[in-house]
Amino acid sequence: MNPAMNPSSLPVGTPYFFYVLAGLAIAGGVLVITRRNAVHSALALIVTLLAVSGLYLMLYAPFVAGVQIIVYAGGIMVLFLFVIMLVNIDRAAKDRQFNRMWPVGLAAACVLLALFVSAIVKGKTLFPDRMMSLPESSNTQQIASMLYGEAGKMGQYTFAFEIASLLLLVAILGAVIMTRKKI
Amino acid sequence: MVPITTFHYLVVAAALFVLGVIGVLTRRNVVIVLMSIELILNAVNLNLVAFSRMWGNLNGQVFAIFIVVDAAAEAAVGLGILIAFFRNKETINVDEIDLLKW
Repeated sequence: MNPAMNPSSLPVGTPYFFYVLAGLAIAGGVLVITRRNAVHSALALIVTLLAVSGLYLMLYAPFVAGVQIIVYAGGIMVLFLFVIMLVNIDRAAKDRQFNRMWPVGLAAACVLLALFVSAIVKGKTLFPDRMMSLPESSNTQQIASMLYGEAGKMGQYTFAFEIASLLLLVAILGAVIMTRKKI
Repeated sequence: MVPITTFHYLVVAAALFVLGVIGVLTRRNVVIVLMSIELILNAVNLNLVAFSRMWGNLNGQVFAIFIVVDAAAEAAVGLGILIAFFRNKETINVDEIDLLKW
């Protein structure tokens, strides 16, 4: 794509794809927080995750889109569905779904939304009105060289990457210890 | 039709973030509260990737991958705590998890 966003050079269908994916993501989000049955919420969350991964593809980030599908829609959602199966949702589905303070929570969230809207509208001119084109074919390679380094040198994020692996190890140990019969 | 800019992605991400916050603040089911946290993390990721596109460098995408790692760790530990709690108190309502409250 042309970095200067020349409208005549853009593919015609792109805005429609964006609006469809954004609508799917937001509709899925609304369903997640309103459904009574937790399994329905999980299925709606999968719709949202897939739509967001489509938005990543539109932003020239194919590797992040793949990670989103494999790790989120594949791994984390299976974990959620397993836990829903283990805990007793029949009772929770019959209960009241929203806590007693829900008007306060909703008001606080609306204040947050107003803050976001005002920040986005006032700061709209601060954003440069451009979209750089990122090379799609070497995206994964470039991310890998930032994470792992190249030519024997440490990359910019190699240390953070190792710390992240340590974090995952601690999380695995924590989850295993937490779910043992006797803590 | 208006070409899609970073601004459009920011609006979508803000909407997803607020939906997640509403879920965390109002729902009683712990599983759905954890799902709302995933929504929030997704909104942040969308912002990072959109800004990475805007500036034309990949730091935002690398940060998005780190956030996915964090989300996986958080979901594993949170659901582990949930199972331990369910085994002890037979409930998954946030209201009834109040042992540390005055």
